[in-house]
Amino acid sequence: MTDRGKYQPLSYFQLMEVTLRELLVEKGLLTEAQVQAEVAAMRDRTPERGARVVAKAWTDAAFKQRLLENGTTACEELGLGLGTLKLVVVENTPQVHNAIVCTLCSCYPRMLLGIPPDWYKSRNYRSRMVREPRAVLAEFGLRIAEHVTIRIHDSTADMRYMVLPLRPAGTEGWSEQRLAALVSRDAMIGVAIPSLS
Amino acid sequence: MAPRFKTGEKVKVMKAYPLGHVRTPFYIRGCVGEIERLCGSFPNPEELAQMRDGLPAQPLYRVRFRQKEVWPDYRGSPSDVLEVEIFQHWLEKA
Amino acid sequence: MKRMHHDMGGLPAGKVERTEHDYAEWERRVDALAVLMGAKNVTVDERRKHIEALPPEDYDRMSYYERWIVSLAQALLQRGVITTAELARKILEVERRGP
Repeated sequence: MTDRGKYQPLSYFQLMEVTLRELLVEKGLLTEAQVQAEVAAMRDRTPERGARVVAKAWTDAAFKQRLLENGTTACEELGLGLGTLKLVVVENTPQVHNAIVCTLCSCYPRMLLGIPPDWYKSRNYRSRMVREPRAVLAEFGLRIAEHVTIRIHDSTADMRYMVLPLRPAGTEGWSEQRLAALVSRDAMIGVAIPSLS
Repeated sequence: MAPRFKTGEKVKVMKAYPLGHVRTPFYIRGCVGEIERLCGSFPNPEELAQMRDGLPAQPLYRVRFRQKEVWPDYRGSPSDVLEVEIFQHWLEKA
Repeated sequence: MKRMHHDMGGLPAGKVERTEHDYAEWERRVDALAVLMGAKNVTVDERRKHIEALPPEDYDRMSYYERWIVSLAQALLQRGVITTAELARKILEVERRGP
């Protein structure tokens, strides 16, 4: 007898996932093992991967140049396979602050940073970030000075974007590992900046 | 398909409203910007969506727009910009 | 000129709610299915087309991976990888199987 207190029937969409998966396996188009392997691979793609890239760019000027010219090949130098991801890295400076959005859906450098957060895919972020970025950033607790130019990137086609944040002052001589720990996913989207506090 | 536009060139986004799968956002149509870079050539997503191969690959550009020229009521810095990837067939010389 | 429902850049909207949730296993499997079928040429463009074709109320009400699983099914149907009859048979089988 089923314990009704514990069993949650599958939603229509969860049913559809099981249904599609089993049909595709029956048809020999994929295996359960492949699905599990892909789930595991995606779990391994976390923002720490991007933080490593940022820390290296902060400590190695030549790497940073290569990163800004071709984000994908530079990441591959660090052993971070990106598949077919075409990465464009945009650099924050004291005069320019970058932030990323995908108004049409939720394009994001998944192969580098993993699955994006819910808010990045939300109606409110996607609608307002292109039109009133300063107000949206303020809601994230980030106030950008009037003299700083805000550069918003709408990922509409084949490129994917990552922000190279400004290295915080007071980190001279830090190891790459220590620097990487300062870099959050939100800083690489452009809605936060790394700080020592 | 050869790239028609150079970095820095002023371009205008076509003010067209077709049906089907389109990756040129509604808000940017009719706006004038400048080419920030040529990203390369890629199969046309409008065609890929219809299960066709999208070839020949089309030049894709990042186009930079001044926010105050996109939104009449923009309330940020006059130097704020918006950069959008747009396929060549949506662009004309401004 | 009519704007498509998904094409929302610049529209007025509310405060960004910084919600995050740890994705459920079924959602991660949806992601995996989409990636694996992408390698078999069921393109992201086709899936996007199907997401964009959702009725606006459904688009708004459905979660991200709910939209993904429906659009993947529609793309597979359109390509003839699966048929509606096969889906119906299998859905009933899964339902009857229970927990």
